Amino acid sequence: MRTYTNKKNVQAKPYYTDRFWKAPQVAKYEVESDEVFAADLAAIKAKFPVSDAFIQVEQMTVWINASDIYGVLELMRDELAYTQLSEMSAIDFIEQRDEFEIFYQMLSMTKRKRIRIKYTIKNGQAVDSVEKLFRSADWSEREMFDMFGIEANAHPFMKRILMPYDWQGYPLLKTYPLQGDEFAAWYEVDKIYGKEAREEIGPEIRDTSTIDRYDSERFAKLGHEVPKGTEITGDEPKNEQNYQEEGGVFLIKKFDKDSSKVIDDPQR
Amino acid sequence: MAQHKVNYTQDGGLPVALTSIDKIVNWGRSNSIWALTYGLACCGIEMMASGASRYDFDRFGTIFRASPRQADVMIVAGTLTKKHAEFIKRLYDQMTEPRWVISMGSCANTGGMFNTYATVQGVDRIIPVDLYLPGCAPRPETLQYGVMLLQKKIRANKAGNAQKPKRLM
Ligand code: SF4
Repeated sequence: MRTYTNKKNVQAKPYYTDRFWKAPQVAKYEVESDEVFAADLAAIKAKFPVSDAFIQVEQMTVWINASDIYGVLELMRDELAYTQLSEMSAIDFIEQRDEFEIFYQMLSMTKRKRIRIKYTIKNGQAVDSVEKLFRSADWSEREMFDMFGIEANAHPFMKRILMPYDWQGYPLLKTYPLQGDEFAAWYEVDKIYGKEAREEIGPEIRDTSTIDRYDSERFAKLGHEVPKGTEITGDEPKNEQNYQEEGGVFLIKKFDKDSSKVIDDPQR
Repeated sequence: MAQHKVNYTQDGGLPVALTSIDKIVNWGRSNSIWALTYGLACCGIEMMASGASRYDFDRFGTIFRASPRQADVMIVAGTLTKKHAEFIKRLYDQMTEPRWVISMGSCANTGGMFNTYATVQGVDRIIPVDLYLPGCAPRPETLQYGVMLLQKKIRANKAGNAQKPKRLM
């Protein structure tokens, strides 16, 4: 069994610590090593500034400026046959550089190639919506807003998509505690019963490894259950839980194992 | 005529049974527990399996209803998210009394493995629960046994009195 550590103060610390093993970067290759990508990159470079481009795991990544995103995606869709925006979202680099990386994952069905367009924005900046180009960006941009708080300019319905509309905080930020902040912990109680009910309902029990054997409010020893709130001494009698009272039930015949026929031949 | 003579003193002599009001009302209640379909996650699949032909919930008189106004028991099967919490409270309030709640699976009991910001840590923070079924997910047998224990609980109550208000607060 894992050794027990008290997790009571885990939420007080910021969630993001450098406890994850950092995988070494996948090897990067020159764009010139692939003809199709080289042609695509040349077409993009002819119209927009590109700060970096390379191939990783058979996909090309192109770094552009944040203001060019609509133009680049339009060019890729209409002239380079990248007709599908399969995914887009943000990555939180606030702690390192006070900025977000935004990525757009493009797929060409005819060329059978994928390109990733990337750029960075400063924390607090908004991005340009590409919802007019790709309908799939509609929900992706709303999700990005929901999870990171990055707004998309000119989006037709810039609201949260997964969390409730009245939620506070952006859950995918690295600084957001996994088990929720104060607002999240009391969200349902505040909303349904009001703040006054907090005391009566009590805080959430997040530490799942605590079991108090002498707590008869929340726990029961299986087979030795007692009524809620009883003082527990430790020598509670075993109580047989059966689903029918001894005296039998009105209009229902009590099942008797001894007088019933048991068929245990699987080939019967 | 002799062969049609009815022996009134023996069981089954006539289609007449003597009993008390409590027993007959509770017999009716406990054998027609209509359940509100409340599959919220994977536990809902086990709940559906219990209702399907192999486990056959109908023989307990448990028939799933899609409306809270026709249901007696709410089987909360699955993960309750914080966004959904207000709706479970509203549906519970819409159920007519007497009403019961079965919390099915670890998620509904305690939040289960979802120790995260978006999951309610146990439905008993929102509505009062009568029966907790352990498991992830509980087998249909567990749910059947739970329903039989609920029947026993119903039989133990007085039928005439209104159900004591089960309040969280
Ligand atoms: S208890 Fe397990 S099976 Fe049931 S809803 Fe939760 S995760 Fe799914």
